[in-house]
Amino acid sequence: MKSLEDLKKMREEALKKVEMREGGKDYRVVVGMATCGIAAGARPVLNRLVEETADKDYNCTVTQTGCIGMCVYEPIVEVYGKDGEHTTYVKVTPDMASEILSEHIGKGNIIEKYTVEEARKGAGE
Amino acid sequence: MMEDLAMHILEILMNSIHACAKNIKFIVQDSDLDDKIVMQVEDDGKGMTEEQVQRVSSPFMTGRSTRKVGLGVAFLKGLTEQCNGEFLVTSKVGEGTTVTASVQKSFIDTPPMGNLGEIMMECIQADESIDYLFEYKTDKNSFLFDTKEIKKELDGVSLLEPSILLWIKDYINEQISLLKEDAG
Repeated sequence: MKSLEDLKKMREEALKKVEMREGGKDYRVVVGMATCGIAAGARPVLNRLVEETADKDYNCTVTQTGCIGMCVYEPIVEVYGKDGEHTTYVKVTPDMASEILSEHIGKGNIIEKYTVEEARKGAGE
Repeated sequence: MMEDLAMHILEILMNSIHACAKNIKFIVQDSDLDDKIVMQVEDDGKGMTEEQVQRVSSPFMTGRSTRKVGLGVAFLKGLTEQCNGEFLVTSKVGEGTTVTASVQKSFIDTPPMGNLGEIMMECIQADESIDYLFEYKTDKNSFLFDTKEIKKELDGVSLLEPSILLWIKDYINEQISLLKEDAG
């Protein structure tokens, strides 16, 4: 049974984490949640990202954006680094989302095969 | 794509978010006595003119500039018509918009409720500066979720903290299933 009392404990835990990290998080993970994204399956992807970030305490925030005009490539997940560089992952499934968290956020390795550049090459654009 | 009521409502809630609402109230009345589910989304966003309200359920009405169609309201209105329900939009420029949709609960085409905790989590995540009030009422009881209350408890810690978002989703769903058990 969950109650509002839980929030006090969660608040303290969140504050502790912030202290340990000394400031903000290194990565920002953004999911396209317009109708096109949702229709393509962005909700399970977003859910997986939130769950695993909470569970494994990845160094990132998870947020949403609207339609970025590449609806055929939805669900789209963008990863922004600390210096503003960003990677766009396309046609992401929940399992791919887990992989993006462990490889990209966890180890700093971009997964080239999931990026929009690779998808475009494959489509002959 | 729109396999449950929650998905339809998410579209309407997203409209309120895009209408720059500061407060969004979402009420579900789940009544066995009336054999009816009434869903209402009330916002204090920018509102619409009378002419816009009249066209609001047309697929070719949208507030977006990126494309010329918008289906959220059209789909919801269609659903209420299919499921023996009613649909109403009232709005005033500068004051806000209220969308009310109902369906017959036992009707064969009425989709399941879906995951309301999840759509609330998604809305909060879309814009945590908005205050959301969510109420679920059955014939016997009701459950109220108010982000103002949550924000007070968290005292400065963001609702966007993943563990807190997940807690919100699970808390809402847990409370709704308790109400349903209670309602028999």
